[in-house]
Amino acid sequence: MSKITYIDNQGNSKTIDVENGLTVMEGAIQNDIPGIDADCGGSMACATCHVYVEEKWLSKLPKAEEAEVDMIDMAFEPKKNSRLSCQLIISDELDGLTVTTPEKQS
Amino acid sequence: MIKTDVIIIGAGPVGLFAVHQLGIKGLKAIVIDNLDKAGGQCIELYPDKPIYDIPAVPECTGEELTKNLVEQIKPFNTEFFYNERVDEVKQDKDNWIVKTNNNNEFTAPNIIIAGGVGSFEPRKLSTKDTEKYEGKSIFYAVKNKDEFKNKNISIFGGGDSALDWTLELSKFSKITLIHRRNEFRGASHTLSEIKKLENEGKISIKTPCQLESIEGDKSIESIIIKFDDGKTEKIKTDTILSFFGLVMKLGPIAEWGLNMNKKTIEVNSENFETNKKGIFAAGDICSYPGKLKLILSGFHEVALASVECFKRARPNEKYRFEFTTSSKSIQDRLGKK
Repeated sequence: MSKITYIDNQGNSKTIDVENGLTVMEGAIQNDIPGIDADCGGSMACATCHVYVEEKWLSKLPKAEEAEVDMIDMAFEPKKNSRLSCQLIISDELDGLTVTTPEKQS
Repeated sequence: MIKTDVIIIGAGPVGLFAVHQLGIKGLKAIVIDNLDKAGGQCIELYPDKPIYDIPAVPECTGEELTKNLVEQIKPFNTEFFYNERVDEVKQDKDNWIVKTNNNNEFTAPNIIIAGGVGSFEPRKLSTKDTEKYEGKSIFYAVKNKDEFKNKNISIFGGGDSALDWTLELSKFSKITLIHRRNEFRGASHTLSEIKKLENEGKISIKTPCQLESIEGDKSIESIIIKFDDGKTEKIKTDTILSFFGLVMKLGPIAEWGLNMNKKTIEVNSENFETNKKGIFAAGDICSYPGKLKLILSGFHEVALASVECFKRARPNEKYRFEFTTSSKSIQDRLGKK
């Protein structure tokens, strides 16, 4: 289990324990965290699980592969710290990770 | 009004295989889809990506899978209604009446909703005032390129559509291509063409930046773009083309009185019927305990739903389970001798 904090665009935050091995997207869906749609179910095909990763965690995450970066082009208001949460697999190293969801996903 | 045995909503893999399962039982179906071709997510989201979990097909792409499914249902001469979204579903005694946004009407005792995550629609710009210009000076597709002649066009996006239309429209309009990062994603010959046009001063490329605001009154006069370093620039623009792919919208499905669970339709796992008699849901859009969003699950779901469809469409006939290998009547329907 690792603690993942999801903050919505209004600043409301929810911290939940998510099983290691799940993705940040799955953690949100299984716990009814609003703000993540994940329409394609995690196949990196829709950019509706887009999150902003807290700066200090950026370097600790595995680098986004090209397909993810291409997909983020499609996301709503992408920024430098944008990632697709379906590509972030939770492990002990990510215990405490904080992500913010955008104003909307599409 | 078109009468049939089953109205299938969605021409993705599951909708296509539904045609097959109904067809071998001697049932007629029509298929409605909001896209302009068959394949659904397979064709729209991952036409070139490999799929490894179709039984007996070790590897195929979304496009190949679609092609083969279309081939498999050829004998049934099914009519497809593309570029149409189902807006209304009404009950008429034991039948359902379906109306599309193109004002086509269909009636059948059965509906199979194989709608994936809903209908594909272009991802829209989110800047203020976007709506009032949509369809007049903001477009998400080019239907008739003659309408884009002698304009100042700002094209947004970094993928194939943005690049291809930049090349094409630069022949007769002034194009500014705007993308949020420096890298574009496209075929290498397209990228070198773009580079060439830029070097020759025929097009202008702005990166890394995003649309900040639109200026104008009745029509667009200019746009302001904002670069990553915070600087802004004003660009004379009368037409905006935006290519940020498609999004899936559940749309009117939510208003048909079906029991929903988030964005999915609840069904029983015996015949995949919803809470409405004669309306079935299969594929990614249905939910039941243990549901897996796999193409192969969708195939199973429509196979079972088709049996109940038969019972409702042919109340006076007895349903007989048959194998395609040995049934003369199935082979007749498939056009095999």
